[in-house]
Amino acid sequence: MAISSRHRSRTRRRAVTAPVTTRAGGSESAAAGRGNRSVIEFRNVSKLYAGDVGLEHATFSIRSGEFVFLVGSTGSGKSTVMRLLIKELEPTDGTIRVAGHDLERIKRKRVPYFRRNVGVVFQDFKLLQNRTVYDNVAYALKVTGGTRKEIRAKVPDILRLTGLSTKLHNLPTQLSGGEQQRVSIARAFVNHPPLLLADEPTGNLDPDTSIDIMRLLYRINRTGTTVLVATHDQQMVDKMRRRVLELSRGRIVRDEAAGRYTRDETTRDLANRLRAPSAPPPGVM
Amino acid sequence: MRVGFFLREAVRATRRSSASSFAAVATVLVTMLMLGVFIPIVQATNGAADTVRSRVEVDVYFKSNATKADEARVRRKILNVAHVKRVMFVPKAQALKQQEKSDPAAYQLLGSNPLPDTFQVIPTNPQYVLSIRNALTPNGANGKPGTIDRSVQTVSNKKTDTKKILQVTNLVTITAAVLTVLLVLASVLLIANTIRLSLYSRRREVEVMKLVGATDWFIRWPFVIEGVVVGAAGAVLALVVLALTKVFVLDPLASSWTLIATPKTISFVALVGVLMGAGVLVSALGSGLSLRRFLRV
Repeated sequence: MAISSRHRSRTRRRAVTAPVTTRAGGSESAAAGRGNRSVIEFRNVSKLYAGDVGLEHATFSIRSGEFVFLVGSTGSGKSTVMRLLIKELEPTDGTIRVAGHDLERIKRKRVPYFRRNVGVVFQDFKLLQNRTVYDNVAYALKVTGGTRKEIRAKVPDILRLTGLSTKLHNLPTQLSGGEQQRVSIARAFVNHPPLLLADEPTGNLDPDTSIDIMRLLYRINRTGTTVLVATHDQQMVDKMRRRVLELSRGRIVRDEAAGRYTRDETTRDLANRLRAPSAPPPGVM
Repeated sequence: MRVGFFLREAVRATRRSSASSFAAVATVLVTMLMLGVFIPIVQATNGAADTVRSRVEVDVYFKSNATKADEARVRRKILNVAHVKRVMFVPKAQALKQQEKSDPAAYQLLGSNPLPDTFQVIPTNPQYVLSIRNALTPNGANGKPGTIDRSVQTVSNKKTDTKKILQVTNLVTITAAVLTVLLVLASVLLIANTIRLSLYSRRREVEVMKLVGATDWFIRWPFVIEGVVVGAAGAVLALVVLALTKVFVLDPLASSWTLIATPKTISFVALVGVLMGAGVLVSALGSGLSLRRFLRV
């Protein structure tokens, strides 16, 4: 079964002759400084759930260092893309490459090692309720074989970056939603993965807190990490002015690599702009 | 570091699901007690059977009304049979005295002597027991084995006794085996259930572990260890009970009642090893069962 599907995709790969370029020219220059390496590449990816379409012939690529929004209404296939990216699901058809690895070729045993290179953040945080903030983050290092020394060095660092230094010994139940999401981001980023996926990271949060979270994600993006955010917060997407992939019923209906933003915007500028009542016209147009 | 992590997680989980852990420990305890009691018993009965088998002789029992003349005639006949080394006459009075030693009260109760006069026929070599027996029980007119003389009641080469004892031994062994298999099965299933509950209560942890890229075995080990902890706890409790029984019940008995001490049985140290091994094996099996079914990593 697995062999036959692999074989099928191989023939498909051969059939794809034209190089896949889905991005508008505007952002090319912005990404040029980081090289042309694709971190995520979907080629004609389809995913069927017992006959229902989860994703249909999706083709796109995301380059290293990009900040990309994945938008669409519920059931449009956002989560399918996320779950495909961490190899939680297998595509029915097509090829997915993450950081140059063909996901289909990653052996089952190697999947955990692959996942260590992808940080994942969810709407419901997925924190361990009976462990402190510190332990929640340390847990991610522990279960991936981090040494005690490594944990002592990395965890306070990442908690400082996420602004949780004063909450080290609090339990998740003692934190606000925004703080919990910060813990979850800290956990996802503690290993400094080159790719960070966030599935509705602000879905449970109020607008102000959402801006803080976006600012944090942007800060992480500025360290060189590629960030893919699935959201249906249209306002936020509009204000952030980043590349937008829109899904509708499993199809990619829009790939707007809006070149209307400066990559070198500071996180503070970004936050200020997001907080402004109505987005002012961007300086670079 | 890693082993410490696994152990901490396992103990944490055992404490949290104490009710089902207790059920599993109790079942393992009963199973191990069963094993601990039956292993020596089966060995003892087998030992008894072996003792009987090693006494190779043919016994010729007279009818109770046999006379001295009858006995002299039969002795001559027996000595004529090939491979007979010796014939020993055991008068009924002597037989009674021998039997009385083992259980005086019972024989006193009998009043009269129920035992017949006996010839113990010793073969030159144990392998001739059967041929001697056959010679002493030639086929009669009706085709069935008769006896060489009308004053002889029965001829026994202990084969029938051995058979009876073997039957008893087999019964004990089979009963023990069936009970043990059933109890082992129950233990495996209860441990599997404990692990399943533990998996359920820790599904969040498992999910997070998968997300951040813990390897399959890293996720499994705490659960396997939890099962083994439960199994080992049951085995240790069973051993404590067995040790107490041995020290306070069996050892005092053994000094006064020699029969129990006679057959060679497993040493207690070996029994400790066997039970601990079985306990761990059973629990590993139970954990494995649940992990295979419910932990798709």
